[in-house]
Amino acid sequence: MKITKWSSHDLAARTKQIKEAGPKAWGVKPRADDAELRRFAASEMRFGVVRFPGSCDEVDALLACRRFADAELLWHGDADLRGVDAVVIPGGFSYGDYLRVGAIARFSPVMGAIEDFARSGGHVLGICNGFQVLCEAGLLPGALLPNTGLRFLCRQVGVEVVNPDTPFTSACAPGDRLSIPVKHTTGRYYAPPEVLEGLEAHGQIILRYASKDNPNGSVADIAAVSNGARNVMGLMPHPEHAVDPLTGSTDGGRLFESLARHVAERLPA
Amino acid sequence: MKARVLIHPKEGILDPQGQAVERALPALGFEGVREVRVGRLIELEVDDLARVPEMCERLLANPLIEDYEVVEP
Repeated sequence: MKITKWSSHDLAARTKQIKEAGPKAWGVKPRADDAELRRFAASEMRFGVVRFPGSCDEVDALLACRRFADAELLWHGDADLRGVDAVVIPGGFSYGDYLRVGAIARFSPVMGAIEDFARSGGHVLGICNGFQVLCEAGLLPGALLPNTGLRFLCRQVGVEVVNPDTPFTSACAPGDRLSIPVKHTTGRYYAPPEVLEGLEAHGQIILRYASKDNPNGSVADIAAVSNGARNVMGLMPHPEHAVDPLTGSTDGGRLFESLARHVAERLPA
Repeated sequence: MKARVLIHPKEGILDPQGQAVERALPALGFEGVREVRVGRLIELEVDDLARVPEMCERLLANPLIEDYEVVEP
């Protein structure tokens, strides 16, 4: 875990530096001319990031993807994934969270295409609201309930890598502790006991909140689960907000890096 | 015809909203209240009442975490 702590003096100096230097100092370099940030671009691996009405993290997710591959936005009303190689369903409040979180989004045209994509082995990462949507769609087991404390939470949490043997965590080692923010009201993961046993037995619990750092009352401290085939994963923490030292941690980037590498290596030459 | 769907958290699922209400009632002098569960009510005008349970299964409720009852008002 690498956390850059900024004293108020550093922050003032950094602010001045950013104002003077403009976008160059943001740490996010323009993608077209930066080989390092587009390490896998030569393979033409391309992420698609879904935008629903009410999504709010799709641009951060897009920029996080672009550090490791190419990426474009997908519109919720299109039943066409435009040939992308992996899909990210971002955080936000799709369709206003009406009825239940994720309940309406799962019926959007793009979700039909994503279900087909996932069932034929395509890789799908759901973050926060994206996790809720995937659970509602039945692509992931379980459901997300209101936080035990009933409050909106917005803070950095420690999450431990339980299973690094997945396309989403291959750049991590077992027990690695990642520092990633959470921000949600409905993040208490729940699965009935018999489902939970299956998740444990088949290595589908991918990330857990670090000991005593379970922010929302999730059963068994679960922060991320995958489906049985491990091509679909959902998590409540926001890795896309932890890719730049400016915001305190770059640990989230390892999930995007893992997925970009895994998919890029398997693209037809 | 009109239909009402009552949706409530499944038994055994922690309902922090219900707990908060349960703690608030004694503060107003209402003693002897237990097992408060907060759910929601959906009112519908439908042509075919027989189809409402299917609507519940597929959209109105999440059967994994919620129970539902369909009632005719």
